Amino acid sequence: MNLKGKIRSLISLLVFFVSFGSTALAAEEVRWFDSQKTGLLIGIFITIVLVFGFILYGKKKGSLKIRSIPGLEAMDEAVGRATEMGKPILFSSGLGKMERVATMASMNILGSVAEKIAEYNTPLIIPNYDPMVTTVAQEVVKESFSKAGHPESFKQENIYFVTQSQFGYVAAVDGIMLREKPATNLFLGTFEAESLILAETGNSIGALQIAGTDSTIQLSFFIVACDYTLIGEEFFAASGYLTKDPLVLGSIKGQDFLKLIIGILIVAGGIFSTLGHNFLINFLGK
Amino acid sequence: MVCFVFGIFMLAQFFVSHPLFTRGYQNVLDWMQIIFVFALLVGALSFLILHLEKISKRQKDWIYNFVALSGLTAMVFLGFFKGIQKDSPFLWVFDNLQVPMQSTMFSLLAFFVASAAYRGFRARNFQSVVLLVAGVLIILGRVPLGEMLHSKIPESATWVLNVPSMAARRGILIGIGLGSIATSLRIIVGIERTYLGKG
Repeated sequence: MNLKGKIRSLISLLVFFVSFGSTALAAEEVRWFDSQKTGLLIGIFITIVLVFGFILYGKKKGSLKIRSIPGLEAMDEAVGRATEMGKPILFSSGLGKMERVATMASMNILGSVAEKIAEYNTPLIIPNYDPMVTTVAQEVVKESFSKAGHPESFKQENIYFVTQSQFGYVAAVDGIMLREKPATNLFLGTFEAESLILAETGNSIGALQIAGTDSTIQLSFFIVACDYTLIGEEFFAASGYLTKDPLVLGSIKGQDFLKLIIGILIVAGGIFSTLGHNFLINFLGK
Repeated sequence: MVCFVFGIFMLAQFFVSHPLFTRGYQNVLDWMQIIFVFALLVGALSFLILHLEKISKRQKDWIYNFVALSGLTAMVFLGFFKGIQKDSPFLWVFDNLQVPMQSTMFSLLAFFVASAAYRGFRARNFQSVVLLVAGVLIILGRVPLGEMLHSKIPESATWVLNVPSMAARRGILIGIGLGSIATSLRIIVGIERTYLGKG
């Protein structure tokens, strides 16, 4: 099924649920549609229409422009630095399992970065917290190296599973940093309390560090300790930014429009609420 | 295709409270647990192979690889043959070796916070001065000394955390939420397939 077909299926399914749920109830005890979630369904419908609308727009236009993201602009510098110094690059996707969106975004970035690394034949070390992520990372890097025309440079022994203990993983990665002394550290994924331990150890060995995570608390630690940090949605926009894929850039534009709508609703809700009219807050709160 | 079908199903089951969908959702969660167990087995095997190779080739610091393998073997032996109940050797090793080592690593965080704060809170420009003042205010507001100096300090610290800091966090969270949704939609319809090892 092609992209347009999938989008049509998704929208048809949502329209089906909205119409079916509002007109049919099989029996008192069997409800097909949870009416408490109507507002959420409408929100998702608007999101899908906007995101896919812009994806199709991006496909039609061929190229879209988004603002410069310093952390991603520095990827080339980071890879070049490691190559010049003759030291490896360390990539960590954090503690997330493969089903987390942040880990998937991390693997998407790994694919683009690995292609660059393959061209320079720089060693890439990826210690992993989750065995499934290890397998995926091995496949992603192998494919990227093949795409770059250097399949012989791929070293599977550099991408390995360490442990599923949080601080055991930190101890292992810190040990790798102190022994191998990578020139560049990429911390992209889900991190928790260990984020500052990793970032400070990397800082102590003089590595260039680029970090991105979906946790707002750990972001503040990365901002202090790393050279570049991907804040919020910059992390999820990274794959499109690096590959310049118009479909991915189109979805980022769709996100921006959604942010605009949310911003307008927040301001409107604040103004109406101040004036004593809470209908907007009550409606959106459902 | 598989990703698309399961993605659509998981989206649909969130809104449909029919028992069929609820059962399907529970089945998917059970399958995930089963797959996780097999993935753990793959991880353990790859761990074994990696360290055995380094030991056999007598690579640099191979003695640490031997220690890692010994730990793994000992815990597997203790768990299988002596059990994991209360007062078992397995739990004794976990409580007296693993837990203190984890706590030690966690405690390093205190020192790293101090060193990161020393580097980060330098008044280089206007933004860093604001950061420094806010940081000092919150540190004082969280200890009894702050209240001794002035009764308004803990109140101001709480205000900084609950108003401007929370506003910034919520803004970033909105961005993260939207980014997650867009990434998920791209993965469901197959636009992003890098995680499959395809470009």
